[in-house]
Amino acid sequence: MSKVSDIKLKTKQIVKKHKGDKSALIAVLQDIQEAFNYLPKEALITVGAAMGIPTSRVYEVATFYNAFSLNPRGEHIVKICVGTACHVRGASAILDKFERTLLIKPGETNQDQKFSLELVNCVGACALGPVVVIDTEYHGQMTMAKVDKIIGKLKEGAQ
Amino acid sequence: MVNMIIDGKNISAPKDTMLLEAIRGAGISVPTLCAHEAVSRSGSCRLCVVEIKKGNRSRIVTSCLYGVEEGLVVDTKSDRVLNVRRLVMELLLARCPESDVLQKMALEMGAKPQSRFVADTDKGKCILCRSCVRVCEEVVGVSAIGLFARGSQKTVGPPFHEQSDVCIGCGACVYVCPTGHIEMISTGEKRKIWGRRFKMQPCDKCGKYFAPVDQLKFISKKTGVPFKELSVCTECR
Repeated sequence: MSKVSDIKLKTKQIVKKHKGDKSALIAVLQDIQEAFNYLPKEALITVGAAMGIPTSRVYEVATFYNAFSLNPRGEHIVKICVGTACHVRGASAILDKFERTLLIKPGETNQDQKFSLELVNCVGACALGPVVVIDTEYHGQMTMAKVDKIIGKLKEGAQ
Repeated sequence: MVNMIIDGKNISAPKDTMLLEAIRGAGISVPTLCAHEAVSRSGSCRLCVVEIKKGNRSRIVTSCLYGVEEGLVVDTKSDRVLNVRRLVMELLLARCPESDVLQKMALEMGAKPQSRFVADTDKGKCILCRSCVRVCEEVVGVSAIGLFARGSQKTVGPPFHEQSDVCIGCGACVYVCPTGHIEMISTGEKRKIWGRRFKMQPCDKCGKYFAPVDQLKFISKKTGVPFKELSVCTECR
């Protein structure tokens, strides 16, 4: 799925699905990110050409939103909430634990491309703080022990 | 025509024009950076602020984007206006301490660099007014450049910060840039802009290098005029 021609083909299919509607650019980029886990450069160029939007405009949108990543990300994306409520309940310790366990800093992806670490400022589940969102699953009331358990499970599942 | 009171004087201005034109038409000067006749208005430099009064209320608006209104009372030099304008200038100075254009304007309005706004060292002379991006899209029609990322990370340039293959090297962005941030080096047969080198076309008659080959090709394609006709400079035509 990482060959340039594959990326172009898949991107064109996604654009077609949205009928080339220019106002659907964000939706198109979201679908591309879903397909490749990030926004490959070739995909952005293809989107521009296929939808009749200048590459500079596509790149503006892709770099504006934090939800879009221009670099390949890991299989699992760990989002640690460091918003006020989670911070008060010890999010920094949880972050520290993830950093030491995965050996990466926020914004990075570990060597075997399994995990990416990201910081978010609130996920709207303050009562569960400290919250960690892994892929689409919410893990509330995180503790150090839970971190090891969850990562262990994901590593097993990934193999 | 619409009648207004600007700085105590009765001024009338044509309907559907902006306050900035009406004020300048009345011979009152207003400092601006991003208002350029070649591009659409964006209100991004925020130096053109004025105070408008409607009834008992008064508020600060950007005159370059505020349409003229019947009976409007405008003050372009009230303390409130000058305060806002000075603050805007101080912030611009903190972003681009190197800019001679900003320094000169600041001196005129009595604004000095403030220690509470930490000066940027990596922003060059760019105030992010988007004029270059606009001219490239609206006038030139190639959209070779854009403003990428956001917040303090925001920068201007070609996509992926690599050489753009749609840029025609016309230099329109250099022309509209109010602070001279964009670098264009022309050395006879070559021109360098946005990290890309362009071959210049020598005039068929006088031999002077006058425009990038890519620009002439673009014009030829757009207007249908043969390239041969365009390869004569404007002075020899």
